[in-house]
This record gives sequence, C-alpha cells and structure tokens, in this order.
Amino acid sequence: MSNELFTLRVNGSDHDVADSWLGESLLDVLRDRIGLMGSKGACTQGECGSCSVLVDGVLVCSCLVMGASAVDQEIVTIEGVAPVGTPSDVQQAFVDAGAVQCGFCTPGLVMAVHDLLERTGSPTDTEIREELAGNVCRCTGYGRIIDAVQQVAVRRSSDHDGGRGDAS
Amino acid sequence: MTLSPVTSGYTRWDQSDRRLVSSDETEWFAGGTDLIPLARSGVLDLDSVVDIKSSHLERTVQRIDDRWRIGALATLSDLAEHEELTATVPAIAQAVSQSATLQIRHRATVAGNLLQRPRCSYFRDPSISCWMKGGSDCPARDGRNEHHALIDEPCVATQPSDLASVLVALDADVNIDGHDGSERTVPVAELLQRPVADRRSLHTLESGDVITSLEFTDPGTSRSTYLKAMNRAVWQFALVGVAAIVDIDDRHTVVSASLVASGVDSVPRRLTTSSETLTGRELTASSIASAADAAADGLTELSENGYKTALLRGLVQRSLEPMRGG
Repeated sequence: MSNELFTLRVNGSDHDVADSWLGESLLDVLRDRIGLMGSKGACTQGECGSCSVLVDGVLVCSCLVMGASAVDQEIVTIEGVAPVGTPSDVQQAFVDAGAVQCGFCTPGLVMAVHDLLERTGSPTDTEIREELAGNVCRCTGYGRIIDAVQQVAVRRSSDHDGGRGDAS
Repeated sequence: MTLSPVTSGYTRWDQSDRRLVSSDETEWFAGGTDLIPLARSGVLDLDSVVDIKSSHLERTVQRIDDRWRIGALATLSDLAEHEELTATVPAIAQAVSQSATLQIRHRATVAGNLLQRPRCSYFRDPSISCWMKGGSDCPARDGRNEHHALIDEPCVATQPSDLASVLVALDADVNIDGHDGSERTVPVAELLQRPVADRRSLHTLESGDVITSLEFTDPGTSRSTYLKAMNRAVWQFALVGVAAIVDIDDRHTVVSASLVASGVDSVPRRLTTSSETLTGRELTASSIASAADAAADGLTELSENGYKTALLRGLVQRSLEPMRGG
C-alpha cells in the first residue's frame, strides 16, 4: 500500500515516519523512528510519567498514545522545551535545587512542571504533589523536586508583577 | 466519503459508512490508553483500527433541564474540572480524580473508561491462556487472586472502572449509535454485564457500535460520594470502591439510597440489600451498621481476596457516616 508513511509535527518540525507498526506508541515512534531520545520509556503502562509530552498542548503519556493518532497534532517533547545549551527556567531550577539524581524521570517531570506552572502560577506544596503524582522518581524522595517547582513559581511571579504573587 | 486513512490499518472515523472500515476484528478507540499496552504486549493482534477521537462525537458536559449529558469524547479530566458537575455530583469528580494519573485522565475518555478490558494480570499476559481470552479455565480462580472479584464465575476479573459504579448508582444511560445504523439507549447497568461463554467481554457493546453520550438525571438534593481503597494513592485500580447516592429528608430519614461497589464483581455491583436496609430509616449508627453488614451478601471469597469483604463493609460505613445529621 502507498500509505505506509505518515508525518508527525514535533517541536515545530515535520518528521516522516516510515514502517511504523499499527498500534506503535508515540513514545516508540519518537525514540526509535525519529531519534528523539529525551522522552523515556520505563513502565510503558502510564504509571511513571517518564514519557510525558504535550500533544496539542495537553500533557499525556506518550507510551499510551498511538503514534498515528498524533498526525496533524502539535507534539512538544523535552527536546522542544528549550534550545540545547540554554536550559529552561524549570530545567535550571532542577539543577540548582539538586532535584536530579539518576535523571531518568527528569524529562517527564520537567514537562509536567512546565504544564503545571502554565495552569497554576503559585501552587502549594500539596498541589504540586497532587499534580505531579503521575511522575514517579525513585531517587530523590521528591522534596528537592518540590523545591525546584517553588523556586520557578517565585521567580516567575516576581518577574511578572514585582513579587506580589499570581492570584490564579 | 470521509474516510481518512493515515497509515495502513489506521483510519479516522468521521461519520463515514462504518461498514467500509469495520469488521469484527476492527478495534475502535479514542484515547487508546488501554489499547496501546494490549497491542504492545501482544495480547491484542491489531489488524485494523478506527480512531474516533477527532470525529464528530461530542466532548461537551452540560445540564439540560434536569438531565446531565456527557459527550462520549469528554475526558476524565473534563469531568474532574467541570465545576457545576463537581458541585452537584461530587461522587463523579471523586471517582475520576482517583482514577489513573493526570496524564491518563487528560487522554482517556468517559466512554472508553467504561469499555476497558480486564486488568487481570493473567488476562494481560499473552503467554497465559485464560477463559476470557477463549480458553477453558481461569487461572486466577485457584491462582493469585488477591485483586480479583468475590464471585464464583468462569472469570473472576473485576470491572476496573471507578466511574462506572457512580454511573450505575445514578441509574445513568448510554446512548449508542449501533453498527446497523440504529440508535438506542441502554442503562449503564445493562451495558456492563458479567461475561458469558458466547460473549467473553465485560460489556455488551457489539463490534462497530459506538457510544455517543452518557445521560443521567440530576440527583438534586441527594448527597453523593465515592470512596476508594487502593494499594497506592495514585494510578491503582480499586481494591474496593463504594459509590453512594443518598437522598435524606429534613427529619434525617433516608428517602432513597443507591449503593454500588467496585472491585468486588465483574460488574459495578449494586449493594441492593444495603440500599434497601437504609431506605425509610433514619440515618443512624445503627442503620449504617446494618447497611455495612449487608454489603457483602452473596459474595464469595477466593483464596487471597477475603480482605475485600472487610474493606467493603468499612467503606460502606465511611461513605454514609458523613451524611448523618448534616
């Protein structure tokens, strides 16, 4: 058949995907067909969140999304968060707070934290724990991850309104 | 013709003549959060799929007079974030926000949530034969059945949906666009049936049938809750869950009670005796204890899941206690 190829739009660029098997996950397509290795595959059943990406602006587990179903949608992976060598504020805060140990969960967490802070400017620690509950880290104990999120929230808040905080 | 083949075997549905694309082997999906792991592991050998996520089907959640209508494509997050629905029927938000994770709730649809395949680890292991997959025996009955149903049936998998128990408690209906072109409305309690030899599935939807929406009557002043016991506070399916919709009058008398349990049967199990025990009585420690005692009536403990009986009784009690005297 002539339709064995489809095109995904990832981080603003079109990528042709050949020979994908029916039912192949977006995660496998990103890693194995397109070569974007930042999104990690750990549990491959939606439990750990290490494969988190945005599909049309919505945070999802790419291991549970069919690759072909993402045609015509805007996909953003960890590689699209910031230019290489210029970390995003969330990435920098993870470094500053010591929120990275083995690093396997970090790409998914960074995606989830960007998404969280887009929706909630000044989250409480409880809100952070609830919002990031779909991202499992086996090293840090989460304390420094929460510190990193709060650092970004405070910095963004002071950048935006002179430190009065975001009422949203 | 509005067929949109994206790649071989993968088609997007947009009110096309489904007979052109659908066979009994065709898998219809929207979020696909259950389909993908089954395909990856080899439990499902996908031949053709129809993606309905970007179809004409509704995603809206709205109240029309005293009826709530939820489009089939509404995600679990759409329900959890709907302020009016959450305020009116807290049990729905409690059920969906305790389901899966944020990432999955963003993707998974309410209709798909009702149509999940069994979460039984034997069913999900492609190297193991089981009754649900067409075999002759259920390895869980005499095997590891800690997470299984309290029933003596050919398959002892549980119905995995939390939302389903709330919908059955609400006497909700599903609207179905049938594969033969007919439209029909059936109660969720009829959609979700125990599997039988010639229908080895947790539901009665036929191949090519599509759920278009859910509907239920606004419970008005009734109180509602969904409590869920799980091994971890996230992502886990219910060990046991209890949905309770209770209408209590000014004198604290129960006008009606609808209690439904998750995790104990291959369907959302109506706790009929418990519900009847409460009706017409004042909600007191005594009547609540009677309802809790009756919750496990008719259930059969397997070798490893007897703890669920105590959990069920405890959750019935805890679901009702906060409704006293308020």
